[in-house]
Amino acid sequence: MYRSHVLVCGGTGCTSSNSAAIIETMESELKARGLEDEVKVIRTGCFGLCALGPIMVVYPEGAFYSQVKVEDVPEIVEEHLLKGRMVKRLLYDETINKDNVKSLKETEFYKKQHRVALRNCGVIDPENIDEYIAYDGYQALAKCLTELKPEDVVKIVSDSGLRGRGGGGFPTGRKWSFTAANKADQKYVVCNADEGDPGAFMDRSVLEGDPHCIIEAMAICGYATGATEGYIYVRAEYPIAVHRLEIAIKQAKEYGLLGKNIFDSGFDFDLHVRLGAGAFVCGEETALMTSIEGNRGEPRPRPPYPAVKGLFQKPTTENNVETFANIPQIILKGADWFASMGTEKSKGTKVFALGGKIKNTGLVEIPMGTTLREIIEEIGGGVPNGKKFKAAQTGGPSGGCIPASLMDTPIDYDNLTAIGCMMGSGGLIVMDEDNCMVDIAKFFLNFTVDESCGKCTPCRVGTKRLLEMLDKITSGKGTLEDLDKLEELCYYIKQNSLCGLGQTAPNPVLATLKFFREEYVSHVVDKKCPAGVCKDLLTFVIDKDKCIGCGMCARNCPADTIIKTDYVAEGHKLPSYEIIPDKCVKCGACMSNCKFKAISKV
Amino acid sequence: MLKKISKIPFKGTDEQKAKLDAVIAECAGDKSLLMHVMQEAQEIYGYLPYEVQIMIAEGMDVPLEKVYGVSTFYAQFALSPKGKYNISVCLGTACYVKGSQEVLDKLSEILGIESGECTADGKFSLEACRCIGACGLAPVLTVNDEVYGKLTAKDVPDILKKYGV
Repeated sequence: MYRSHVLVCGGTGCTSSNSAAIIETMESELKARGLEDEVKVIRTGCFGLCALGPIMVVYPEGAFYSQVKVEDVPEIVEEHLLKGRMVKRLLYDETINKDNVKSLKETEFYKKQHRVALRNCGVIDPENIDEYIAYDGYQALAKCLTELKPEDVVKIVSDSGLRGRGGGGFPTGRKWSFTAANKADQKYVVCNADEGDPGAFMDRSVLEGDPHCIIEAMAICGYATGATEGYIYVRAEYPIAVHRLEIAIKQAKEYGLLGKNIFDSGFDFDLHVRLGAGAFVCGEETALMTSIEGNRGEPRPRPPYPAVKGLFQKPTTENNVETFANIPQIILKGADWFASMGTEKSKGTKVFALGGKIKNTGLVEIPMGTTLREIIEEIGGGVPNGKKFKAAQTGGPSGGCIPASLMDTPIDYDNLTAIGCMMGSGGLIVMDEDNCMVDIAKFFLNFTVDESCGKCTPCRVGTKRLLEMLDKITSGKGTLEDLDKLEELCYYIKQNSLCGLGQTAPNPVLATLKFFREEYVSHVVDKKCPAGVCKDLLTFVIDKDKCIGCGMCARNCPADTIIKTDYVAEGHKLPSYEIIPDKCVKCGACMSNCKFKAISKV
Repeated sequence: MLKKISKIPFKGTDEQKAKLDAVIAECAGDKSLLMHVMQEAQEIYGYLPYEVQIMIAEGMDVPLEKVYGVSTFYAQFALSPKGKYNISVCLGTACYVKGSQEVLDKLSEILGIESGECTADGKFSLEACRCIGACGLAPVLTVNDEVYGKLTAKDVPDILKKYGV
């Protein structure tokens, strides 16, 4: 028996800020004091509050230490674990309650969250199957194999109202029933863990924090649809997730939870891991299957749909990581329990990866129907540095943006589609007044041009032309007519591309045009970038009355374009400087070197 | 995706070839494992020059153009060698809105190379990557396996100093 448990986050974010060294130091410090049999150190998955990483939680007190450094560890061991006094300076300030600490669940960040897919993340040791089993792990699979018929399982999933969490929102139960209805000598289950949307990391966190729940859900899906083999296609950029998945699969095989005759039911199920190699289009289901087969990951025309001819030309069910993560709980707690959360047509919860200009960057799981305002202002802690919220980008390169005026929209699949946005996989990037929306649209187009596989012309050539038009606009050479052409081309690409990548690639342009048209107009008519981002449209100027004449700007100017004038401002001894606009390369070196805030960009 | 193809002569060792042969022997029966073999080969050689692609094509009994097709399709496969220190700047959305482009520009300026290139002495290579998932630390860059987070362009010289610039 241990008297204390120390949970240290081993997700990618905290590992990047050295949590592995913290665990090592913790273990050696405990040993040095003879406490290794009294205190257990566990490396868990992601707690969600990545902004405060590395995170450490000590139980039974529930003390939440944030931004822990290796140097802090001896103090925590000595003071907290040996003498029983919490190290107040390291506690997350929101959890401090006079002489005691309050539970994490009472903090603003966690209060409105409801964790279903993430329930075990930051709670269990993901590399230990016994901990998963202790939290009801593999009970749902046992229930399916021993009490339910495959069609009953499909019915429960259908009744729950679960929809695909990868972005499309297709009803999961219906997808399963299509595959189940097709007869074949071999069927497959595929888990899409190719989380390509830059800025989204919920699938990675589930795989890192709770890999067994994906294995269990895939086996359940196999049983329900008649498949005996599964593939998990995961990004190679997620080494920790891959490592833990491999450990989990090995453990499940040792326990007889994968392999032949599981639970003596006669049901066989085996799993393989395949690594992606950095191609965004492979998140599209047919491209993903082509890639598993060892080819260039180009999409295939549908029909035939994967439920008829999928992986290796056999009926296949493909779901996203987060979709699978909901399955075991739905089986155990019932369809009604799941359907009681969320809105009329979007049931359950959704995980979002909060990033960009927001205080609490991290992972949040909220019931469908929560408003953007609640997510950003309450859970996310608002926009830092007193800046104004401008828009939130959802759905990554396939999505759109939600402007401040629509912050009270309850978030679900249909509401987001209605405002010309999309749920996407759950990346939610917050932008403030310093971000230029034309530049953001250009950023995403750069991405899609790079990632277009080249198979169909509307996407391959169309996205390139879109990018060129945006380039023209941000460099001050655009006209109002270009804006109309831009829109026209967007619709053409949407209607004529082969797969989801091309069909959604123009969305960032369309959404920014819809909500921030005036910003585009400023670029083409006034030749100004209101946010001060697009370099070609900026002019740096020196306020001659603020300039004290120190000459720092002139010395640091790479283009030698700053010269001394003969104007001496009142109260100053030296003449001020000025910038010759024609020669300026707009690098901004002068502005960052001026200690007197005399230089601004207009 | 356009890839820069190396003109540096290939210098593979027998030891590397033996390792690759072992991987191929293990996978040769299943052509769907082509990407896996290529990933292992890149792990062994650091990149995938033509010579290595030919070995894979022959060993796996697939046409060379297929191996080449796969190697040019996926961002992960490098056709040019990487520097001793490979610097990768995240240009994922979360990092981009927090200014990672400026970090990349600064590196480019100091090292005198563009993204996708390697310095003449083979010491540094520079690349832009899409989201390593450490969005809580945005903007981030990695030097080999070392991660640096919450950066501004001003931090770049100090980081490079650690690697002898």
